[in-house]
Amino acid sequence: MLVKLPIIEVKDLAFTYTGLKKPSIVDVNLNVEAGEFVVLTGPSGCGKTTVCRCLNGLIPHFYTGEMRGSVRVAGLNVRERLTSELAEHVGLVFQNPENQLFSLSVERDVAFGLENLNMPVSEIRRRVDWALGATGTLEIRSSAPYELSSGQQQRAAISAVLAMQPEIIVLDEPTSFLDPKSAKDILGVVAELNRKLGITIFLVEHRLDLVSRYADRVLVMDEGRVVLEGSPREVYGEKAYLIGVGLPKVSMLFHLLRKEGFSFNEVPITVDDASKELRRRLTS
Amino acid sequence: MSLKLFDGFRFTRRDTPVHRMDPRAKLILVATFFVGAVIFSNLLVLLAIFLVEIPVIASARSLRRWVRTMRGGAAFALLIFFMNLFFGGTLSLAIALTLRFIILLSSFSIFFLTTSPDDFGLALQQAHLPYTLSFTFTTAVRLIPTMAIDVQTIVDAQKSRGLELEKGNLLRRIRNYIPILIPLIISAIRRSVELAEALESRAFGAKKTRSSMVTLRMSGSDYFAVALTTVFLGVMVYLYLFSAVPSFEIPIKIPSLLQLF
Amino acid sequence: MIAVENLYFSYRDGAEVLHGVNLEIADGEFLAIMGENGAGKTTLIKHFNGLLKPNVGRVLVDGVDTRDSSVASLSRNVGIVFQNPSHQFFSETVREEVAFGLRNFGYSGEVVRKEVDRILETLELTRYAETSPFMLSGGEMKRVALASVLVWNPKHIILDEPTIGQDYRQKEKLRKLILQLNMQGKTVVIVTHDVEFVADCKPTVVLLSRGRVLGEGPAEEVLVNQKLVDEASLLRPQIAELMGSLLDLGVPGNVIDTFQARRILAKSLLRV
Repeated sequence: MLVKLPIIEVKDLAFTYTGLKKPSIVDVNLNVEAGEFVVLTGPSGCGKTTVCRCLNGLIPHFYTGEMRGSVRVAGLNVRERLTSELAEHVGLVFQNPENQLFSLSVERDVAFGLENLNMPVSEIRRRVDWALGATGTLEIRSSAPYELSSGQQQRAAISAVLAMQPEIIVLDEPTSFLDPKSAKDILGVVAELNRKLGITIFLVEHRLDLVSRYADRVLVMDEGRVVLEGSPREVYGEKAYLIGVGLPKVSMLFHLLRKEGFSFNEVPITVDDASKELRRRLTS
Repeated sequence: MSLKLFDGFRFTRRDTPVHRMDPRAKLILVATFFVGAVIFSNLLVLLAIFLVEIPVIASARSLRRWVRTMRGGAAFALLIFFMNLFFGGTLSLAIALTLRFIILLSSFSIFFLTTSPDDFGLALQQAHLPYTLSFTFTTAVRLIPTMAIDVQTIVDAQKSRGLELEKGNLLRRIRNYIPILIPLIISAIRRSVELAEALESRAFGAKKTRSSMVTLRMSGSDYFAVALTTVFLGVMVYLYLFSAVPSFEIPIKIPSLLQLF
Repeated sequence: MIAVENLYFSYRDGAEVLHGVNLEIADGEFLAIMGENGAGKTTLIKHFNGLLKPNVGRVLVDGVDTRDSSVASLSRNVGIVFQNPSHQFFSETVREEVAFGLRNFGYSGEVVRKEVDRILETLELTRYAETSPFMLSGGEMKRVALASVLVWNPKHIILDEPTIGQDYRQKEKLRKLILQLNMQGKTVVIVTHDVEFVADCKPTVVLLSRGRVLGEGPAEEVLVNQKLVDEASLLRPQIAELMGSLLDLGVPGNVIDTFQARRILAKSLLRV
């Protein structure tokens, strides 16, 4: 019987950057199934970025240090493969859109990774058109990065990563520099890539109010370890709050009401959920 | 030297004959101005070269930007002018050499105002220069406006903490720039690291050869421009080799200041 | 008081960024200037200490026209903390870094040492006094940047996007600090697009969009207005959205605070 292996397999992962005394991450174990939308969150400095870097090979190939445990993505051992090999399977989108765009037109940036892989021009053009279409950036294909808003720049960065057709896209706080509307739009694009194309999403994010509706699972890290794991509903509780996670306000509201003695079946994670539940209770 | 200097080197997308020109043809054009400015010290020739450059800048609709670059480099131009007079040169020579500086500056300016760093990189690539070299260059050029913004941000932040750049004697003023330079260098390093991370993540350097979605192709008008430029270059070389240019001196004698010492 | 009168401003090479802004910030007020990226928020606050001067109109800080003053002298009373700490750090130690502003304003010796110690303690940075500012985490760097402005005790404090890159706990600390500063009588202005943070702080809100003031008023009124919030390319705070969806059930609409919502809903639920 063929058992489908998780597309991301992290076992007993620990990493200490060269020059630092303390490990940035310890005892990290996590599995992600193909097609899942996983959110990683936690207070600043808990090791989220380090985990992202381990997933696409930046650790240990770009950032040196002591690495323990194993990381397998799409069946490849991250320690044994070059970052360039892994780039076709795992894409990484960074916080600052500006420093991910190298060219003076969006479409050349989207083609950049494919050119690096020496793909034939016809294939490059096909993939560029496809990636631009999938992220809704066809209209800005000839624009220069400095002509775009940060939201558009981030979309362009996602297209550039998407063009390499990875099975997994990792995003490290991609909405940090974006205003609320752009943040919502970007996350919508990411969710669509997950839903329509089946791409596995590993998203590091603080703004849980915007991502809860999409997340299959939420992982919470604190001081280098994964301390909570589960569906958003399971995770948005007292423990996460005490760690310092910014829960969606509606979830917090229901926790507060629970403390007053009201009981609810589930703690809502979106405004819609909360509204429906309250309406039900107030009109019964 | 102020930040205005950089304005004349920043590429903006425009639809002008000069912008549309193949970067290689443009390079030959600009190199010709360059060669002409360097081999001649004759005021008339330099003036002629300068007068030919103006319509080129005008057709690129970049006159205003070019003027700003000239204003930015004015201090250096004046330095050249007075240094030449100081060491006993004639008025004609001083003007000629200042003009040379202006032509050189303008040549670079024309090229970079009208050529996107990407296209320039492509030109270098297609000339079979190693990719890492052309990429380094184009990235550096692309980062110039970004760095200029960083400088402004840093200056704003430090001025808001009471830093007065113009205050004090020369030594003090130099020291005043430390709170500007250090954050600038550090932010440049940070930016480089982030860029490097992004490059690695997009398989930079993965294969020995690299394909290119866009290739530069010379059009008929590009070949025509190259032909014209070659003729111009030929005429200049002829004039130079056979000293066929009338020498010209402005009939004003400026006493050498050096004689005072 | 900071008075902005009919302010028009464009950058040298660009289009007009501020179109006729009128604003009055009273002493001791707590204000949030909100809007999408590119609305002109940072451009506006740079007028408060003279970094930028109006093309048309004028800005008066405590009665002084900013065009008649230097940035250094205006900064004595208007302290702006910019977004990115790494765009200003240059010293070997946090102590040196924080002392910089005071030294620029002519202080030295014992006074500097005392004031630096004081502000380091207030912001819980004492243990980092001899550390290099570059070795700190992002959140700590932001605190050092804040300390380096608060150290000279300006009357008015402007924070440009203080919540970017901060986690929930850090934002809570910041919120408490802001309230503390405001209670001490300082004018506090924050420039932000973080609606949830503003919903927790509840300042007066000025909505800026494309260089114009769209609206002004208490947070509970401005941030619940769907139309205004949309025009400013922002989102309403979650609580406002929730309570807004239950208007027909008699739930009041102008609520943005979680605790207030709890009180109101607890009462309504008990009645059922």
